[in-house]
Amino acid sequence: MLKSDINSGVPADAPTTPLHELPLGVAARVRDVGCERLVRRRLLELGLLPGTPIEVVRRAPLGDPLELRVRGYRLSIRADEARAIAVERIASPDVVALAALHVEQA
Amino acid sequence: MRPPPAATSDARPLVYLVGNPNAGKTTLFNRLAGTRARTGNYPGVTVERRASKWSIGKRDVELVDLPGTYSLSASSPEEQIAVNALLRDRPAVVVVVLDTTSLQRGLYLALQVCESGLPTVVALNMMDEARAAGLSVDYARLGALLGATVVPLVASKDEGIDALTEAISASLDGRAPNTAPRVALDDATEADVAAVAVVAADTLHVDANKARAWAAWALLSVEDRDELGDVPASLRDAARARQLAARAAGRDLDLALVGARYAFLDRAVDAAVSQAPVLARSRTDRLDAVLVHPVLGLLVFATVMYLVFEGLFRGSEPAMQLIEGGVSATQELVLNMLGPGPLRDLLVDGVIAGVGNVVVFVPQIGLLFFLLGLLEDSGYLARVAFVIDRLMKVVGLHGKTFVPLLSGFACAIPAVMATRTISSRKDRLVTMLALPFMSCSARLPIYALVIATVFAGERPIAGVFSVGAVVLFSMYVLSVVATLGVAAVLRRTVLRGPRPTFVLELPPYRLPLMRNLLRSTWDRVRAFLVDAGTIILAMTIVLWAVLSFPKSATVEAEHERERTAAHAQLRDAALESRLAAIDDDEAATQLEHSAAGRLGKLVEPAIAPLGMDWRIGIGVIGSFAAREVFVSTLGIVFGIGASADEKSSSLRERLRDARRGDGSRLMTPLSGVALMVFFVLACQCMSTLAVVRRESGSWKWPLLMLTYMSVLAYVVTLGVYQVGIALGWGVG
Repeated sequence: MLKSDINSGVPADAPTTPLHELPLGVAARVRDVGCERLVRRRLLELGLLPGTPIEVVRRAPLGDPLELRVRGYRLSIRADEARAIAVERIASPDVVALAALHVEQA
Repeated sequence: MRPPPAATSDARPLVYLVGNPNAGKTTLFNRLAGTRARTGNYPGVTVERRASKWSIGKRDVELVDLPGTYSLSASSPEEQIAVNALLRDRPAVVVVVLDTTSLQRGLYLALQVCESGLPTVVALNMMDEARAAGLSVDYARLGALLGATVVPLVASKDEGIDALTEAISASLDGRAPNTAPRVALDDATEADVAAVAVVAADTLHVDANKARAWAAWALLSVEDRDELGDVPASLRDAARARQLAARAAGRDLDLALVGARYAFLDRAVDAAVSQAPVLARSRTDRLDAVLVHPVLGLLVFATVMYLVFEGLFRGSEPAMQLIEGGVSATQELVLNMLGPGPLRDLLVDGVIAGVGNVVVFVPQIGLLFFLLGLLEDSGYLARVAFVIDRLMKVVGLHGKTFVPLLSGFACAIPAVMATRTISSRKDRLVTMLALPFMSCSARLPIYALVIATVFAGERPIAGVFSVGAVVLFSMYVLSVVATLGVAAVLRRTVLRGPRPTFVLELPPYRLPLMRNLLRSTWDRVRAFLVDAGTIILAMTIVLWAVLSFPKSATVEAEHERERTAAHAQLRDAALESRLAAIDDDEAATQLEHSAAGRLGKLVEPAIAPLGMDWRIGIGVIGSFAAREVFVSTLGIVFGIGASADEKSSSLRERLRDARRGDGSRLMTPLSGVALMVFFVLACQCMSTLAVVRRESGSWKWPLLMLTYMSVLAYVVTLGVYQVGIALGWGVG
């Protein structure tokens, strides 16, 4: 399933990390997108919603921007924006969440 | 009010293609439209409009390829094109093309179209890749949930085209399901949408579904100081009031509206799509491991950029030489066919030279857009932006501005056109307005002439670096500093705006289709020939007139007498060379009498503090046709004919011997450097102005560019020359 419901069982009190500090390759879920309104609206419309599984795949060779994997595609944003996105790690690797991250051709 | 949609005056039903960038929408458009596509610009904005007549069954429809977008919500007139087209133009059918490997993101756009009640066909493109990833879709089920027809498609392999055509045809006949889906909102948000929808229905005279679509659009898009055009004031006010009330109540309206749509889509996808978990590394992951690797990635980047630049710089040279040769041959032909007179001069130096001035750019434009298309369609262009964004950020620019700026080293014309790949309007304008400072290849003959004239005998610096090479390198450094500095200033002044952000999809790597590459290359070349080419041709003719008229009959008669005398006294080779010298001298004297010559003398007091005299002034005027023309204009001024080039030793010698009115030498190392600095900074290129006019959609930007480049060139050159004089450097 490509399921990633908004309220898919994220405990409200789980500790959060700013996205730019999330280690590479660690699955997490978005908790809050706190960017300036225009950027925030774009990110929400691109599917970065609270509850969405997300992963930082890599940093660009010069350290910024970041490459994210979200809803089966790759998105690049600068660390400045990632700083304002709070995520929480997925404690035990969640098959559904991982599947939602990887949808393209093997 | 907004002008009516272009090219639909005949009442053909409109079929619109919408979709995310990189979803294969253009591939589909090219497949359906074939060679009948027409390219133009949307009025008032810098976005291209592609449309075509398309015969479907027995009827003709107008197929329009809308700009790629992730959503209908907008923050600029460019982004409003999609919403205006869909909700105002009354399309008969909307085809949403989406990349099935990022299904929900594509469906988010499709859902907005369906919600507005428009007859919609959703084409799930790249279905082959999705299937390989274990995805299977119940098309009927998904269609029922969206109130649309859903069909699978592999546009690049022409799979599913027939079924798609049939679905569009059924929709045109009203045989397809068309019930707008209703996304469940929480009560407070529902009240907001309902209230704004009432206003939208009143002011825009639309049905209930479209009114709700407008309401959701306005609630997401409107801001206090946005740049949206043509939003009815009552709609704007209603949306603004509801936004403020929601914020006051601690509600997150943006999240509620977007979140409700994604919740709807999550349920729809759950019901209609299943995926076998495939966790193997994808082709794109394997490629990216090398192509954006911390070390290898930079090497790949440098190599690819070098190849693009080298291709642009050298690859186009043979074709350009061929064109220049063809132009000269045609001029020669006309010269021999017609007798001397103003008509012949107009044809040779005005019309044919003007056509040559236009056509000579075609190889570079074609080559750059072919390479750019290759990079873009393969997915690497997005990685170029990803890799270099960190550096561009330092000067307030975006990673996507890099390729156009780099291309500026070859020629500003294709580089300005390449700014099309930059999506943000302000970033695009800043790049377009700053990149003519990049030292293009047309400046090289000027540097070469000046350096050979004034630095030929100098001893190498530190025994290794020739003075000429150091000076040449400094000019390139100056051009980069000027480009980035001006970009930074523009960003903070006339093109101030929200801090540029970088939100960029990195699409999967895919094999580019030759048919798309050739199509987009031809579109660019044609747009240049038609829109910019006519301006360049007209300016060439005007410039020719300025350099040719008025002619002095006295001068003509004098030289005619000299010719007669020569015929009487000399024979054979001696006669030939004497006649050629008389011709050259007449040309120089006539140029001195022309409007350009008078202008050169008129402005001499203004340019003397820059180290120039009236003769250089004429060269500067002539070089407005193209910078390298400076050299041949000087050739005429100094009486050795228009065929002089930068390697001409006689031109160098004449320049070295030239004296000012006060008897001092015209070309000193200092005045040479000042002249080169002037040419780095001055906008001596009418073709650049023409192409900026074409790409920015108004004369305002090219005129601004001409003004600040000229002022900057004057002030800096003045500074260089006067400081040099004061320090006594390089004056001897």
